[in-house]
Amino acid sequence: MSSTFDTVANIISETCDIPREKITPESHAIDDLGIDSLDFLDIAFAIDKAFGIKLPLEQWTQEVNDGKASTEEYFVLGNLCTRIDSLVAAKSA
Amino acid sequence: MRLEYFQLVDRIVALDLAGQTIEVEAAVPQDSTIFEGHFPGHPLMPGVLLIESMAQTCGWLLIGLENFTRMPFLAAVKEAKLRTFVTPGQRLSIFGRLVHLGSGYAVTKATVKVDGKAVCDAEITFRIVPFPRPEFRANMEAVAHRLGYPLEIAAHG
Repeated sequence: MSSTFDTVANIISETCDIPREKITPESHAIDDLGIDSLDFLDIAFAIDKAFGIKLPLEQWTQEVNDGKASTEEYFVLGNLCTRIDSLVAAKSA
Repeated sequence: MRLEYFQLVDRIVALDLAGQTIEVEAAVPQDSTIFEGHFPGHPLMPGVLLIESMAQTCGWLLIGLENFTRMPFLAAVKEAKLRTFVTPGQRLSIFGRLVHLGSGYAVTKATVKVDGKAVCDAEITFRIVPFPRPEFRANMEAVAHRLGYPLEIAAHG
């Protein structure tokens, strides 16, 4: 998780020009870091490439829109990294 | 090409869904009201329309990869390089390839060539969403038919 977070935080910092020290596992990508949906596409692309996965953004968006999940579950970076780890593990299984 | 109607692709030359590539051709018209302003006495194909031509090319590739169920919309253009002037009457060969198909988005790369020489290229990102209306899809299928799109390939993936 820590290395996953470092990778994700570096991607966000470089993609969105956000100082690395402002990015923490508790940061909400939208509410705290101000990342918009277009920037998040760049981040998703970089994460997909870095981890060899496909973030299920459409599924997550649908769950949020349907009220089945909160944005915190996907966009607080610590939670996002946990999901990335799960996707990587599922790919390896 | 019919620049005023944003029809920037004339014909699908090759579509390889397995290889995730596409080639189209497009002839820059001799006359267009756009050339009256861009530029008077020195007509040039606008760079933004060259970028649009690459976006439409890659868009047709993505529509095929999505089996005509979803529509790509231009979201971002990166590393666009307009290497040389394109003038009325020139014939363009436009090549597109998929770089990454994500969830609800795709990243592509495209190159425009004239007589085998690259004149512009770019990385182009799309959002991919369901067709907003059935009529929209029907219109795209009609355009695809006019462009010689191999619909049977798309239909069978």
